[in-house]
Amino acid sequence: MDLLSSLGFLQSALLAGLLASIGCGVMGSYVVVKRIGYMAGGIAHSVLGGIGAALFFGAAPQAGALAAALAAALLIGIIRLRWREQEDTLIGAVWAIGMSVGVLFLAKTPGYGTDLTNYLFGNILLVSGAGLWQTALLDLLTTGLVVAFYRPFLAVSFDEEFARLRGVPVTLFYLLFLCLVALSVVVLVQLVGLILVIALLTLPAAIAAHHVQTLGRMMVLATILGIAFTTSGIALSWRWDLPSGPLIILVAGAAYLLSALAARWRERHTSPEGAV
Amino acid sequence: MNADSVIEVRNLSFSYGEVPVLEKVELTVPEGEFLGIVGPNAGGKSTLLKLLLGLLQPRQGEIRVLGLPPAKARHLLGYVPQHPAFSRDFPVTVEQVVLMGRLGKGRLIGRYDRRDRRIARRVMEEAEIAPLARRRIGHLSGGQLQRVLVARALACEPRILLLDEPTANIDMRVENELFDLLRELNQRMTILVVSHDIAFISRYVHRVACLNRTLVCHRTEEIDADTIRQLYGGEVRMVHHHHH
Repeated sequence: MDLLSSLGFLQSALLAGLLASIGCGVMGSYVVVKRIGYMAGGIAHSVLGGIGAALFFGAAPQAGALAAALAAALLIGIIRLRWREQEDTLIGAVWAIGMSVGVLFLAKTPGYGTDLTNYLFGNILLVSGAGLWQTALLDLLTTGLVVAFYRPFLAVSFDEEFARLRGVPVTLFYLLFLCLVALSVVVLVQLVGLILVIALLTLPAAIAAHHVQTLGRMMVLATILGIAFTTSGIALSWRWDLPSGPLIILVAGAAYLLSALAARWRERHTSPEGAV
Repeated sequence: MNADSVIEVRNLSFSYGEVPVLEKVELTVPEGEFLGIVGPNAGGKSTLLKLLLGLLQPRQGEIRVLGLPPAKARHLLGYVPQHPAFSRDFPVTVEQVVLMGRLGKGRLIGRYDRRDRRIARRVMEEAEIAPLARRRIGHLSGGQLQRVLVARALACEPRILLLDEPTANIDMRVENELFDLLRELNQRMTILVVSHDIAFISRYVHRVACLNRTLVCHRTEEIDADTIRQLYGGEVRMVHHHHH
């Protein structure tokens, strides 16, 4: 028997939170240092188009979400590189077109109207054994690639021009990087929904950035923080019988505000030893 | 091609759209030279460096770097950009930035090996930033950051070092220190340095290339007020100095 499908739904939810936190800590750190939160938002919202199409044609919504996220990531990346199109306009278009497609498909799919909120705001308590396996697999793929290609990924995200001069295939790694962001987004959508996903992707990493010096440590700390936020969010939702997604985000948001204040306070009260 | 020259530029022209930036530029750089490239803003200095690196393609003419087309010789060059493309608050340490100079030698997968780390250590000592190795780049002064960029370029083990306005954001004392370092490095590699400050660099370089769309070379001894007036097309105050 499948071990994961024998878990109770609360245990499943906690495990889902833990697994999602790994992807979100690793790729979220890149999203924060590269400042592409808006791009991740575009990818997240376009996911609805894939989910809608999948439900309409009777396929698994997860597969539709994955296909849409990857398509959106590649579309944004290739158009930016080839046509030098203005990035924010492009992302805004992908964002809205994806959602429109999704809403139209869902309107024509009988019996799915009420489920829309689950996709928009997430419902971690619906995550099943199969979903957990998928999440674990995506985690493994993401962290595996990021660890294996740590040097070129760091070089491309730090200084594209210099990486190109050193013979790193910048275009390839840039597109691969966007695809990994797309994978993490898909994983997080089941937890907190596509509207809230950006907060969970960026807040733990942004908090970590206040306190550590390197990207590697940022990823580790962001993962730990992600686990803490999802776990406490789920616990609160259990206790008060409220939706888990918004609670996870509010916990993360509160922690971010406190951390930002602490970082500012520390900056003022330590001598500027770096500035010679 | 001259056996001793490391850079040969023949009849080079380049333009951004309709605007000509370089016209019929001829330049030969012998091995071991310390060449200063000066000229007014938008005179084509940075563009020339980018052409030498193969980041831009000439519209006309030919460039040979170490006998190769620029894109193929790239891995033998060290480049210090004027405006680094990164943001200062990126969470990365001095050592990690310097190690990036080791990329492109061998595989992309895995980590830096012992030799890469040894070379990074050596160039950081040379650039006198070894004590800063574990410091985050956001916590450096302008002069320290400039040395990190020089060290990153040295980590490539270049035969030619190209620097674009290396002293634009640092004060005079640090500027002197940096050029003293370049003079030392010149013992073992060819150096091209772009600057807007002809008076300052002519104390250090062997030859000055004056670039304002077209290029004219002068031995440093020959530079006087006339040369500068010709280049900048107006009255420029000349600071007198002695050559070594």
